[in-house]
Amino acid sequence: MASLPATSTTTTPTGPPTTTGTSTKATRLLGAAAIVGIVWLAAFGLGFSPADVNQRESVRILYVHVPSAWLAYLAFFVTAVASGIYLFSKKHSLGWDRLAGASAEVGVLFMGITLVVGALWGRLTWGVFWEWDARLTSTAFMFVTYIGYLTVRRLGGSHEQRARRSAVLALLAVLEIPLVHWSVKLWRSLHQDATVLRPDGDVKMNGLMLFTLFVGVIAFTLMYMWLVIHRQRTMAAEDALDDAGLDLAIADRKAEHQ
Amino acid sequence: MDRPVVELTGAVAVLGSFPALAGASLVVQRGEIVLLRGPNGAGKTTLLRVCAGLLPLARGTGVVLGCDLATERDAVRRRVGLLGHRNGLYLDLSVAENVRFWGATVGATDDEIDAAMDRLGLSGRLAPLPVRRLSAGQQRRTALACLVARRAELWLLDEPHAGLDATGRDELDATLRQAAASGATVMVASHELERAGSLATRCVDVVAGQVVGPR
Amino acid sequence: MRATLRTAWLMARKDLRVEWRSRVALNQILPFAAITMVLFAFAVDRLPAAPGDVDTVLVQLAPGLASLGTVFSLLLLVQRTFAVESEDGALDALRAAGVDATAVFWGKTLAMWIQLAILSALLLGTAVVIYGIEVRWSGVALLVTTWLTATFGLAAVGTLYGGLAAGARGRETLLPLLMLPVVAPVLIGATRAVEAALGTGGTAIADGWPWVGVVAVFAVAFGAGGTLAFGPLIDE
Repeated sequence: MASLPATSTTTTPTGPPTTTGTSTKATRLLGAAAIVGIVWLAAFGLGFSPADVNQRESVRILYVHVPSAWLAYLAFFVTAVASGIYLFSKKHSLGWDRLAGASAEVGVLFMGITLVVGALWGRLTWGVFWEWDARLTSTAFMFVTYIGYLTVRRLGGSHEQRARRSAVLALLAVLEIPLVHWSVKLWRSLHQDATVLRPDGDVKMNGLMLFTLFVGVIAFTLMYMWLVIHRQRTMAAEDALDDAGLDLAIADRKAEHQ
Repeated sequence: MDRPVVELTGAVAVLGSFPALAGASLVVQRGEIVLLRGPNGAGKTTLLRVCAGLLPLARGTGVVLGCDLATERDAVRRRVGLLGHRNGLYLDLSVAENVRFWGATVGATDDEIDAAMDRLGLSGRLAPLPVRRLSAGQQRRTALACLVARRAELWLLDEPHAGLDATGRDELDATLRQAAASGATVMVASHELERAGSLATRCVDVVAGQVVGPR
Repeated sequence: MRATLRTAWLMARKDLRVEWRSRVALNQILPFAAITMVLFAFAVDRLPAAPGDVDTVLVQLAPGLASLGTVFSLLLLVQRTFAVESEDGALDALRAAGVDATAVFWGKTLAMWIQLAILSALLLGTAVVIYGIEVRWSGVALLVTTWLTATFGLAAVGTLYGGLAAGARGRETLLPLLMLPVVAPVLIGATRAVEAALGTGGTAIADGWPWVGVVAVFAVAFGAGGTLAFGPLIDE
């Protein structure tokens, strides 16, 4: 899990391992597939799929908004699971911690995209940037929570400290987000607001539109995997640099006394 | 022959990414008073914190009071008393309240707590005073009383003489000798080279994260 | 287990004793909280909300403002309690002495609960007096239950994240960033429940009990979560 790809690592006699990059044949294939997926999505999303009866062309934003949201939730799910595995497994392998961190970074990015795109779509179709419904509000909270998570990852200390602190935080977030969602949902049910403002409330999805959405989800998932794998590998490289640096530093320190 | 109280072999400990200890080896027997000498930045404080079970070892092995530092740091902490640059006291509470609190964490009796305060000369006028109002030397003595009340078997003291006047230092030394005589083991990191003769049973030099001199 | 409870009680008594000696919560945090309630009144108009509304806007907002005031007070209390621990390195010393982290968590949460509950009661009392709210006795059970569960949940969260932020750089800004999203359910639930209890804006008492449920779930979840998480979070 999460070690540097063996094929592209070389070691120099005196320095830390140098790599020519974090890509391997597998990730290049993955990347190519992701690009194909995105192109296909663009073709169908912008071209082949029909305009909506109610929203006309602005429905096409759906094809970016929904996959980003899906991705964000997937990313945070992965972060939570990886954090759990790190904490509760016997080996406490740092690879899981790096996976959690990489996934959270990608997740925060796509959550930001979801919120912005969603706001733009809301503005276009119904004239409002924001709406106090349960899903939107808890999404915003999740966004802030994971920014806090990423901040804590940067607090410093040893790799194990970082891993343990952020793993605990991620699991607490899993506890907190459903609570937030539930309480906001309960809150909004008090106010019988018009349901027309639900994100997919008035969109009639026909077969082709569903298919395009499906393509979007797949394309974004491939992109997510590509991003996370690369990010995780750079993190592994950073950690390895720290460790290799340790050997050098020990040698340096010993030399002080010679 | 008793097992040694401290056995470190090739210990490496990092602060951030800096190897404060770069392969230190040390053996300390029960009842010894070991003086750790060395310049600032040599790693004396880190060595003490490692023996206290506070800092994990990045490399090497260590056994303190029969507990492995890799797996049983909690057990080590309970039996070791570390006195660092700060005293770990609650400044708004009185001397007596502080000693009583720390003694209570190990279930010490009132008698034991009173004895601890007596030993450090804190039973009289000073006992009800808030720690904040005490001098540096008096605060240090309070911290030591807490160590006694906690029945610590290994005392790790980082520059304990700092801020004490001559009488204070002599009293401190007397306390440490008494502790060693009653079965505790003491390690002191200090710049006070004159103490070498009067206090320590052994002197050890710490340089550049390693231990040189008699192991 | 008994040892842990005993140590927790020891920690709680110590925290309360420190507060009693230094009176920081009493002399600084309480006046701050009271002033906030007054400032809220300045910011919010006293005119009736809409024709036909019995209560002024201020009265309708009162439960929410009191909850907000409680949350702000929580932030200050948490900062204060961990400042006491950091002043002379006492928390480090507790860790160094191998004192059970669970006991530390329970003890500090208990002490925080007591202090926050007192503060919160005074806040609500201030609101009742200066905003001109009429308290109905039929709602008192709901009010008391909400008050106790909400302050407990907040205390647990505060102790947990306070421990995390205790040694960190930029701790004063890190703490609100971490804590405020988390306390949202309590804010929502407590406000709605107090609203129902007081009857402001015409809410019925029966509507409040589900909200107490939300707050109670939160309190239990973070009480349990904190028990498990506090040790790993403060360790080195």
